[in-house]
Amino acid sequence: MIASALESGAVVQRVRVVFAKGDQVRYISHLDLLRVWERVLRRARVPMAWSQGFNPRPRLFFAAALPVGVTGSAEMLDLMLASPVELPVLQHLIGDQLPPGLHLCALEDVPLTLPSLPSRVVAAVYEVIFAESASVDDLQCRVDSLLAAPSLPRSRQRPDGVRSYDLRPLVQSLWISKTDAGRTVLHMRLQMDQQGTGRPDEVLAELGLWGSAQSIERVELVLQ
Amino acid sequence: MMVDPDVLNCLLPGVEKPARYTGNEWNSIRKDWSQARLRVALAYPDVYEVGMSNLGLAILYELLNGQAGTLAERVYTPWPDMDRAMRQQGIPLFSLESRHPLAEFDWLGFSLPYELNYSNVLSMLSLAGIPLLASQRVGSRTWPLIIGGGTCTYNAEPMADFFDLLVIGEGEEVILELAELFHSLGRDQVGGTSKAGFLQHASCIEGVYVPALYAAEYHADGRVKATVPALAGVPATIKKRIVRQLLPLPERPVVPYVEAIHDRAMIEIMRGCTRGCRFCQAGMIYRPVRERPMPEVLSLADKLIASTGHEEIALVSLSSADYSWIEPVVGELNRRHGQQRISVSLPSLRTDTFSVRLAQMIQQTRKSGLTFAPEAGSERLRAVINKGVTAADLLQTAEMAFSGGWQRIKLYFMLGLPTETLDDVLAIADLVHSVQSVGRRARGQPVQISVSVNTFVPKPQTPFQWLPLAATADVLERQAALRQQLRNKGIKLSWSDEDSTWLEAALARGDRRMSAVVLKAWQLGARFDAWNEWYRPELWRQAFAEQGLDPHFYSSRLRSREECLPWAHIDTGVSPTFLWDEYQRALRAESSVNCAEGCLDCGVRRSFGLAECPVPSVDQ
Repeated sequence: MIASALESGAVVQRVRVVFAKGDQVRYISHLDLLRVWERVLRRARVPMAWSQGFNPRPRLFFAAALPVGVTGSAEMLDLMLASPVELPVLQHLIGDQLPPGLHLCALEDVPLTLPSLPSRVVAAVYEVIFAESASVDDLQCRVDSLLAAPSLPRSRQRPDGVRSYDLRPLVQSLWISKTDAGRTVLHMRLQMDQQGTGRPDEVLAELGLWGSAQSIERVELVLQ
Repeated sequence: MMVDPDVLNCLLPGVEKPARYTGNEWNSIRKDWSQARLRVALAYPDVYEVGMSNLGLAILYELLNGQAGTLAERVYTPWPDMDRAMRQQGIPLFSLESRHPLAEFDWLGFSLPYELNYSNVLSMLSLAGIPLLASQRVGSRTWPLIIGGGTCTYNAEPMADFFDLLVIGEGEEVILELAELFHSLGRDQVGGTSKAGFLQHASCIEGVYVPALYAAEYHADGRVKATVPALAGVPATIKKRIVRQLLPLPERPVVPYVEAIHDRAMIEIMRGCTRGCRFCQAGMIYRPVRERPMPEVLSLADKLIASTGHEEIALVSLSSADYSWIEPVVGELNRRHGQQRISVSLPSLRTDTFSVRLAQMIQQTRKSGLTFAPEAGSERLRAVINKGVTAADLLQTAEMAFSGGWQRIKLYFMLGLPTETLDDVLAIADLVHSVQSVGRRARGQPVQISVSVNTFVPKPQTPFQWLPLAATADVLERQAALRQQLRNKGIKLSWSDEDSTWLEAALARGDRRMSAVVLKAWQLGARFDAWNEWYRPELWRQAFAEQGLDPHFYSSRLRSREECLPWAHIDTGVSPTFLWDEYQRALRAESSVNCAEGCLDCGVRRSFGLAECPVPSVDQ
């Protein structure tokens, strides 16, 4: 990973971008989002480093794909720059070109030699907001029984066929709170690494609540 | 009332590519609904990714939104999964920008680029809760004015019953004149019972065709006798509109989130084509040739790159290698933007070494392969269609391409051309084999050749408009012969779908009575007919049968010089005499000079009072 980040030799600065993917862009896919960022950076004339090879691409790396329909308040990506740019300047350049729904939260210079961003992610925290009418007691009941189960065998339709897996070990914790406006919020901390990724919609389905969430937001990517 | 986002949020997670329906794209324009005196929805009767690639609607979008008091928003055909979900939830079709139901707009303007999109127009009207037939949209309630434009309007008779008004030709000026008329009469005087008055006024604007103001009369055998004005003061023929000089193009086009079919910045460098290929409808209806001055192209490219962030700029036209300044433009674009890795593409190259040289200047195309369109296999048949390309041209071009580094070439041919024999078709195989051996010699290794063979559909307003579509049995026999001959390794052969060709031909050449067939087919369930996975030819066969019409009467009948064609009242400026003469020269396998070599007096110059044709650019 370290070697691949440096092999072009052209990267002089690595910037970690924390950004929000809001409601207006919640339905665009991860691939669409990659194109959006490439275009933002081109419009902003950010001096990106490019990959080598047959089909060179600007070198930007997302921490983790966000499921379609889910918003994110602290998404992350690393930008590899070919010439140095001061962070306030970069913030200004990028900020002007972001489409509605995308927001910059923070920019940080990180060492070029850090391992790749996706390899550092170990877990993600989601917040699911339900309709006002949702009963906290009922939700707590469902949560307790899910957490009490020794295993939760599920299967998912993948492009290459149906995959069976155990959801239970991927669920690190679940807890409930209320928003100031009185909405019920379910918090989930789910595993996300090479061994497995817990999906919030799968947890909701297991709780018997698929389709009853008003919104799902990823609020934190936990790095190693 | 705007469609409630919470309601949408319930169904969007369940449909494919939900971002097709959520708007908010970069450069999309959101004007104040309540302040707008004219609200226009620009509609494309196909899915988002296809519609977003259309330059015509992008031009009108920026043009209309640039007018004070006018608002334009976009809408595309919901994919069948979304259509179903919306109908279940009772959500009417809405615009992407403000999510207002289409029925609340003053105008609903459809682009009609392709006959096999027709059923989608009805799907969209129906999902919007708008009565399908123009004759149903009368009375006290005001419905949006349903306007059509684009290539199919040169014979839109099969859609005549659904549209209030069609714009024939280039819409940039007409649409503003219509807006002016709308404002001068006031919104109250346009809808409901006053609609007829507005349409009558509109019919006097050059390029405006109000189908309801014309009556079609028929002979006993079903041929059209005449299409005549039903009211005094309505012009007998509708002359297409052109702009004398190409108007500025959008500088801030909408950048889609969902990847469009042509996901790139587009610059129309030239309108019209000098070549005069006899099969080509675009070449006839987009006359005269007008070029965009080079400084404008270059400055627009700078602006588009800055405003969109696209990594590719396409220089579009019917034959981009014919653009007077093509080489310097490509060179300068490379010089200015190559550093930023922005590539230039030329979607329509000629079969000559100049085009290969251009392609070499554009590194991007190296990856994808080069495409050439000899269209016919034999020298004789290429003379018939007036495609001025020789076998020697093609082989020389191929040699230069292969030795220049390309490993793959794509060749386009047509099957079922007028006067075609089996020998002409076998000549395609010979030509492909020659290209293959040229490639092997040039590269010292096997090369890849893709051969795409489409069945020729004779289109209205062309020299071949009188001719029938080739008989299916002949086409199948010739396809089989070609398949037999092109079995070699390294050759990939693909066909057009025979089962939709007949429908395209019937709809392209149909008369007004076919509106009932279109309606019936839609009622039976026809949707997305341009998509193989949705096209159901049996529904169309049933619709024809139930309406007592024979598709072959429209698609496969040789028509005489005397016959009044269903589109005879639409005047493209190209004279029927010229088209007929070209047809006769085709039958004699005589080629004609192209517009750059000499004037054949096609009629356009006189019709539009042009001092010079092709029209010189203002910069010259």
